Amino acid sequence: MSERWAYISNYSIYSAMAVFTLSFLAHAYETAWAVRAPQSTDSTDGNLAIKTLDYTRTEKASRIATALMILGFVLLFAGVIARGLSAQRVPWGNMYEFSITGALAFTGAYLAALRKYDLRWLGLLVSIAVLLTLGTAIAVLYRPSAPLVPALKSTWLVIHVSAAIISGGVFLLANAISAAYLYLDSMERKGPRTLWAQRLPSLEVLDQLSYRLVAFVFPLWTFAVIAGAIWAESAWGRYWGWDPKETWAFITWVAYAAYLHARVTIGWRGRRAAWLCLFAGSTFLFNYIYVNIYGTGKHTYSGL
Amino acid sequence: MSKAIELPELGATGLLRYSWRQLTSMRTALILLLMLGVAAIPGSVIPQRDQNPMKVSEYFTNSPTLSLWMDRFSLFDVYGSPWFSAIYILLFISLIGCVLPRSVEHFHAARALPPKTPKNLDRMEFYTTWESQGGEMEIAHTLLRSSRFRILQENNSISAEKGFTRETGNLFFHLSLVLILIGVGLGSLFGMRGYAIVNVGERFINVPTTYDSLTFGKLLSEKDLPPFVITVDNFVAKYNTFTNAPEDYTLDVSVVESPGAQPVKRTVKVNSPLRFGSTNVYLQANGYSPIVTVRDSAGNVALQGPVPFLPQDGNLKSIGAIKVPDADPQIGFVATFLPTQARDSVRGGISVFPEALDPKMLFSIWRGDLGLNTGVPQSVYRIDTSKMERIGLESLKPGESFLYDGGSITFETYVPWVNLQVVRDPGKNYALLGGIVAILGLLASLFTRRRRIWIRISESGKVEVAGLAKNSAPGLEAEIARVVSSLKGEK
Repeated sequence: MSERWAYISNYSIYSAMAVFTLSFLAHAYETAWAVRAPQSTDSTDGNLAIKTLDYTRTEKASRIATALMILGFVLLFAGVIARGLSAQRVPWGNMYEFSITGALAFTGAYLAALRKYDLRWLGLLVSIAVLLTLGTAIAVLYRPSAPLVPALKSTWLVIHVSAAIISGGVFLLANAISAAYLYLDSMERKGPRTLWAQRLPSLEVLDQLSYRLVAFVFPLWTFAVIAGAIWAESAWGRYWGWDPKETWAFITWVAYAAYLHARVTIGWRGRRAAWLCLFAGSTFLFNYIYVNIYGTGKHTYSGL
Repeated sequence: MSKAIELPELGATGLLRYSWRQLTSMRTALILLLMLGVAAIPGSVIPQRDQNPMKVSEYFTNSPTLSLWMDRFSLFDVYGSPWFSAIYILLFISLIGCVLPRSVEHFHAARALPPKTPKNLDRMEFYTTWESQGGEMEIAHTLLRSSRFRILQENNSISAEKGFTRETGNLFFHLSLVLILIGVGLGSLFGMRGYAIVNVGERFINVPTTYDSLTFGKLLSEKDLPPFVITVDNFVAKYNTFTNAPEDYTLDVSVVESPGAQPVKRTVKVNSPLRFGSTNVYLQANGYSPIVTVRDSAGNVALQGPVPFLPQDGNLKSIGAIKVPDADPQIGFVATFLPTQARDSVRGGISVFPEALDPKMLFSIWRGDLGLNTGVPQSVYRIDTSKMERIGLESLKPGESFLYDGGSITFETYVPWVNLQVVRDPGKNYALLGGIVAILGLLASLFTRRRRIWIRISESGKVEVAGLAKNSAPGLEAEIARVVSSLKGEK
């Protein structure tokens, strides 16, 4: 029975990858054709070389891209659930499972933010990031489904890891937006935006958005760290021990706290704030990748 | 005649005040915060004494000079180092210096009434005006009161303010960090931590001599150990037959909490320690102790009992030393215990499963001076064979014996051992409380908006509504639109 669930999980995740690939293509098509569409059908004044943005041509592609993204999310969700059923536990026992759940959280964060803000321009980046994450997970990190080691058998696994994964998904989304900010900012310094970049939101909107995402998720990250401490107290006999993973979680917390203070209290905006946001996000990534794979300490559940 | 530049005299108090202002400024706090983050990095890359003393001593053996210098800069004890402490102590002083005056200010502000309605409302945000139909003031009053605005009613205007929770939450968040620091401090002053290996069937008595290692907080001493006794009745480890990974550890114990009390049966698991007040007992590790009997040539028992062996890998291949100091000359066995034995063409004897399905003990026999009286502390798992000669090499299964020149050894059987970690941390509840308050404070400060709404009926009979959001927080426009539609009588 458990093996069948493991197969179902693998097939769902392969299918999700195929769907994300299609979504990526639709986003690419949309990005390209929104630019190439000629200005209008009215050609009386002769010089029509000016290219502008025309969304009407690509509206359908854009909708298809988002629909595929949702389908990919659903398939990935099914894959993660099936993985959990195959092992009869939450699917957060090793790095393969963290990665597929992380990709799910990232897509979920994007889709949730999409309900409120028009972020479709970010879809291309999101689909690439998700494809890379899933690809790495399958090619490098895959481990057969197996039960948890005793230290992980706790309700806190569900609470601590879900909070950490959701925070991670949102941090990465804020990172993507800050990166877009910095790129567009340097483009605007040289002159007007190139055509394809004109559809992206204004710098002010990007700046605000990455701040909102961080402010929204910072309490959740704080909770993830504290939940981890409570769990560590009952599993290892101390709530804080400067284990490498704990240290980096603390560094990430400090970096985002500094970011929030810099914005709210000192009034940092724009480039400086975006760089600080990127720095904070990279400490999270470092923790996930480096400490899981090369690190020592008690958080060595990557299975590698 | 040269004219000296005259600097204003700062004086000692002036200098102090200046430094205090610098320290409690937001910019300094931010720099200290970032410094704290950066200062935490080395401890995650360089092995730390607290977590991995073996790795630290490896550093010292491999590159003694470098290690000595690293040690001078406390790089093996980063989180207790003077420079790390300096950063967080300055940060907390800065934080307190910033938060306390703000708390006082906020306390007064929260009890004061909102400021009067400004003269020119049309300069404020989201200004709306229309002809009065009468009764707007009453509706506005009820509406704002029921949405828990604080209200200052004047003749023909209302000034309402809401969102003090933002600052309250912010202050509580920062004060809770101080509480967490106090909790950590109490734990390190009044806490203790010790480890002891106990064989199944044996008793652990909570006195300093039964511990393998024991550290006390600065303000705690040996006599503060609670007098409990734990008997290890049974230990069962379950392993996955495909991955060999552990699935479950269950430790059954009988506990006598104080002398004369009735023993109580309890079960300990990895995630559920034994708890006695602020002292907890954790199941930390496990392994095997072969039970051996060593006899001299006359058949007298020179040593009998379980000897804990140290696991080397996931399949619990364990090494150990059986030392017989009472034999003359002294005898030592350098031994390996394999719970499920197999042979590997390269590595020799290995274990292929952590459970004892087909146990075997391999050993070499040494005769000479064990070196126990040199005063240099020795590992219980290793033998210094420099003054000994090897007189035999053998492997035994449980129940088997081996005769060597000068005596015999019998591998009777084996028992599991468990490593108990005993921890007392009286500060952790303060830290937990601090953590909870921190989250609640954060939520309150990040998700409430401080804003003002004004309503006035001008002499010309016009209703005017406007507002102001602090930190340009979003959502005020919608809120004012709701107020306006209520005042207009639209439902």
